[in-house]
Amino acid sequence: MDLNTSTAVQDTLHQAKGDVGSDWIMHHILDSHQLDIAPFGSIQLPHLSLFGLDISITKHVVFLWLVAILLIIAFKIASNAYKKSMVPHGVANFLEVLIVFVRDDIAKPSIGKGFEKFLPFLLTVFFFILFSNFVGLIPNGATITSNISVTITLAVISFIVVQAGGIIKNGPLGYFLGLIPSGVPWWLLPVMFIVEILGLFTKPFALAIRLFANMTAGHIVILALIGLIFFMQTYFVAPVSVAFALFIYLLEILVALIQAYIFTMLSALFIGMAVHQEH
Amino acid sequence: MAIINNLAFLAFSGGGESSGGLLDVNPGLIIWTVITFVLLLVLLKKMAWGPILNSLNERETFIKDSLDKADQARIDAEKLLEENKANLAKAEEEAQKIIQQGREYSEKLKVQLLEESKAEAKKMIAEATSEIERKNQEAFNNLKDQVADIAVSAAEKIIRTNLDKEKQTKLVDEYLNDLNKN
Repeated sequence: MDLNTSTAVQDTLHQAKGDVGSDWIMHHILDSHQLDIAPFGSIQLPHLSLFGLDISITKHVVFLWLVAILLIIAFKIASNAYKKSMVPHGVANFLEVLIVFVRDDIAKPSIGKGFEKFLPFLLTVFFFILFSNFVGLIPNGATITSNISVTITLAVISFIVVQAGGIIKNGPLGYFLGLIPSGVPWWLLPVMFIVEILGLFTKPFALAIRLFANMTAGHIVILALIGLIFFMQTYFVAPVSVAFALFIYLLEILVALIQAYIFTMLSALFIGMAVHQEH
Repeated sequence: MAIINNLAFLAFSGGGESSGGLLDVNPGLIIWTVITFVLLLVLLKKMAWGPILNSLNERETFIKDSLDKADQARIDAEKLLEENKANLAKAEEEAQKIIQQGREYSEKLKVQLLEESKAEAKKMIAEATSEIERKNQEAFNNLKDQVADIAVSAAEKIIRTNLDKEKQTKLVDEYLNDLNKN
């Protein structure tokens, strides 16, 4: 594609922007101080600050709490079901499949011996991301995992759990000495040390960026496809846009599951590497 | 590439009035996320993961125990069946032995009885023979007596009648005829 066409397209879009703009895409993706309830307008959220720090209850904070409440309700129902009978029904049965999946297919093979200690963290992370991703797919919902602040926080918590697990298991000195693989020539040690320390931080960074990018990309693509109808200002593009948007939406459902799985899987893997340093 | 850059620029530069760009980190949201996540972790651990994982483990051990028990029961049943079979075979053998013994006994009894009856018969035959012998002897003795008597009575008659030859002969014949008739 040559530069002329690209500038032509850009001009067209700039022109279109005059009418519709692309603010609305970012408005859907980014955090804001108003909660949209589509056909009924929007609610203005309060600004709060503590010691000069902005701790406003923003749209993403509201959805953060919504996810937390949904999680608590779902698992309260599930754990109550086990009090009644050993055989789960309904919600408990569905959640049990996922719990057993996290336990037997993520935690057990990745961490190995002593995986039970990390199970609460892994389960919470898995279901938190899963619920967040799915809440974001609901109309009017906001995807909190497409906000980099949230994914960075999750990655940092995962990082802390990994390091704490390694240090508690191997002792502070043993853990940091164990970071360097055995059989490395002595003159490589300083380089290896730097590389390994760097590696510790790149892992959670990758976790945060991966989750954020995956959850953001799908939404932007869906919004852009729908936006085509308004940019082009024609009804003829609508069937194509809607078909593609639906396809991406279905893909998003898959991505929502996969990203929850990958984040948990990699956290478990890093925990396993930190706890059992032999390999 | 250029178009992608331009589109990206368009997309990323759009969110002006919202709280910054796509990659802006918001400390307030981080604080809320930490608080919410940690609270969630603690709450769910106490409320859900503990009880659910416990009951999962309980159920797994229960199922495992049940399976083990069932397996044990099957092994026991098999052993019992084997024992029963062995007992049955032993009983069969016992019965066969008893039948065999009975048969042998009856055979022996038969032979013995036969032997005994043969001996009895022999004895009876011998007795009968001696009886016949004795009877014969008796009859012979009787006959001898009778012959003597007859001879004496014939002699008497001869003497009583006249002693002519003709008469004599006739008398003897007559007498002999009489004798024959008797």
